[in-house]
Amino acid sequence: MNKYAIPTLKEEIEDATVDAVLSLDVDKYKYGFESHFETDKAPKGLSEDTVRFISAKKGEPEWMLAWRLDAYRRWLTLTEPTWAKVHYPPIDYQDMYYYAAPKSAQKPKSLDEVDPALLEMYEKLGVPLKERELLAGVEQPRVAVDAVIDSVSVATTFRAELNKQGIIFCSIAEAIREYPELVRQYLGTVVPVSDNFYATLNSAVFTDGSFCYIPKGVRCPMELSTYFRINEAKTGQFERTLLIADEGSYVSYLEGCTAPSRAENQLHAAVVELVALKDAEIKYSTVQNWFPGDKDGKGGVYNFVTKRGDCRGENSKISWTQVETGSAITWKYPSCILRGDNSRGEFYSIAISNGYQQVDSGTKMIHLGKNTSSRIISKGIAAGFSDNTYRGQVSAHARATNARNFTQCDSLLIGDKCGAHTVPYIESRNASAVFEHEATTSKISDDQMFYCQQRGLSEEEAVALIVNGFVRDVLQHLPMEFMVETQKLISISLEGSVG
Amino acid sequence: MTTTPMLEIRNLHARIEDREILKGVNLIVPKGEVHAIMGRNGSGKSTLSYVLAGREDYEVTEGEVLLDGVNILEMEPAERAVAGLFLAFQYPIEIPGVATMTFLKAALNAQRKGRGEAEISTPDFMRAVKTAGEKLNVDSDMLKRALNVGFSGGEKKRAEILQMALLAPKMCVLDETDSGLDIDALKVVSEGVNALRGPDRAMLVITHYQRLLDHIVPDVVHVFSDGRVVESGPKELALELEAKGYAGFDGEKAA
Ligand SMILES: Nc1ncnc2c1ncn2[C@@H]1O[C@H](COP(=O)(O)OP(=O)(O)O)[C@@H](O)[C@H]1O
Ligand SMILES: [Mg+2]
Repeated sequence: MNKYAIPTLKEEIEDATVDAVLSLDVDKYKYGFESHFETDKAPKGLSEDTVRFISAKKGEPEWMLAWRLDAYRRWLTLTEPTWAKVHYPPIDYQDMYYYAAPKSAQKPKSLDEVDPALLEMYEKLGVPLKERELLAGVEQPRVAVDAVIDSVSVATTFRAELNKQGIIFCSIAEAIREYPELVRQYLGTVVPVSDNFYATLNSAVFTDGSFCYIPKGVRCPMELSTYFRINEAKTGQFERTLLIADEGSYVSYLEGCTAPSRAENQLHAAVVELVALKDAEIKYSTVQNWFPGDKDGKGGVYNFVTKRGDCRGENSKISWTQVETGSAITWKYPSCILRGDNSRGEFYSIAISNGYQQVDSGTKMIHLGKNTSSRIISKGIAAGFSDNTYRGQVSAHARATNARNFTQCDSLLIGDKCGAHTVPYIESRNASAVFEHEATTSKISDDQMFYCQQRGLSEEEAVALIVNGFVRDVLQHLPMEFMVETQKLISISLEGSVG
Repeated sequence: MTTTPMLEIRNLHARIEDREILKGVNLIVPKGEVHAIMGRNGSGKSTLSYVLAGREDYEVTEGEVLLDGVNILEMEPAERAVAGLFLAFQYPIEIPGVATMTFLKAALNAQRKGRGEAEISTPDFMRAVKTAGEKLNVDSDMLKRALNVGFSGGEKKRAEILQMALLAPKMCVLDETDSGLDIDALKVVSEGVNALRGPDRAMLVITHYQRLLDHIVPDVVHVFSDGRVVESGPKELALELEAKGYAGFDGEKAA
């Protein structure tokens, strides 16, 4: 056999890295456009009336309104957390809109019926549906896209096929109307209403997001995918996602975001709750590429997100993979509660900061059950004047006999005006727990830069290539669709970081 | 017969920080020829190779460098590479996480882009790597490993020559390509280099051991001492140097 057989998929992906590196010139940060949809706004500001307005607009049942009002009242008693290593001017919560929906929210049956302007926007965003053609000759997994524009689902595809298997994949608003028992059973059970300031705010005013239920023993036949996009000036985004994997089921969920350039800061406070029952597995992947602010650090999205998964049943598994390249400020700790015996949590993260971006991100692995294990691999890349903090907590409850954690935390600095920080919190109340933590900080060396340039790569191409190498361990955990997009994003987000 | 220079270095002076290392290098390598530079450790040979390739720590204070008739001193390192200059490093650099194959393709396409050519297709690329790799005993396993990470001395040098073969430069500068090689590896690498000799290419082979020149036989040998070329002659000069040692030549220069 030929030693140099057809390249494997992985090699193809590596080729795509190269393609991404090479497309640097044409791939400037070009996501700063606006599309023009007419919107239907709630009055500015936050009050009980705003909460009632949102609930009424969504046609919600009484219990949901009560739940929201309860959250709103609790929120009034809370103050914004200040422990994260991020700095920003005070947010005026009365100077924002809490509801905006595209005017014609008539749901199309398939992508064919979707407004061409919308499809064009996806085109510009480089939604991976198109990019899959890059991987010619490879059988492609199908992707169900539940596109979210400005808080209301506009298009949902593959619904019928999912329905056949009993899988529910719809907007949270629809779920509240159509599947109230499921929603009531699980909503707020992973992230309680008063969990933290932003989660509580979200509970009061969330407008949309996704709901997903995988029935017992069902392996979801396609990647479920949602593209979030902030598209309306001064609209806070309060997405709520609830994903339940019933016993023995499996689902891979993709969430990706881009946002247009704005002078105004935009607040985004999403809540994602995952529940994995006995023997179930959830793989949740995010690529977040919101506007990071201009080169002076103005504008950009504030991303205060609460993401948590509950490995509620024995042998369940939740795996978070995230690529964070955008936002002016990121405050985000996708976490796992390892409640079921033998359950497993994973967190794979790439966080890139450039310009004046501030990232404070990491994870929590809370070991409650016996023989629970967790694995954390975090790759932080700081360039420009940015600050990049990994904050991670690993804890073992007294019951968590034989809990295991492995944490690897690598930081890469580009230039000497940025900062990388690692803040691990480790606590064990069970003597049999074994937690390992490794951390490294490195710089891209002049030798590496010169070597790459001697081979013909420009400075930016060299940085992109070296950074892609640095994050390789995490890239491998991303679904195919995201891997290619991520490699492009890395190039784009590090532009201007050298020279 | 008149020869056209591929590389012409005229009165090149260069310093790092406040220290002058190159002190008036004059050297012409015609197309189709292989020249050797021999000199003791610390004489400035690697510095010359870095200055040719455009490393920014060095400041050129005087002189000219023409590559195929074009002055390259104002060019960025990548532009020089695109113009056809290749440096095989004395100590190749590790690029963690970047598969050798990926690196090769990135470099090749960057250079093609620089010349306004289309990207190479994956099948053409695979064929080119296969052809070049077989001669140098580079198998697909090695191509999947991160470039130079955990490579043995021999693997590193073979990977350098593989890059040289794929990038097909006009002017190859090989810095101590024999260091860290056992005799078998030296043969493989030398054969790889020899296979790349041709009428449209020139090479400058830097070494401080004569043994490399038994395998890569030069047309001309230059003796380098204290930042300049102090003597040039036919390949026999290398043997003379080996017999007399560098001291004799240092004396001549001093005189
Ligand atoms: N980065 C540097 N800073 C200061 N001096 C240097 C640096 N690099 C090399 N040199 C000095 O320049 C001289 C020439 O070194 P080099 O070019 O490596 O010689 P060779 O390759 O002939 O052994 C040596 O004396 C060395 O110490
Ligand atoms: Mg040297």
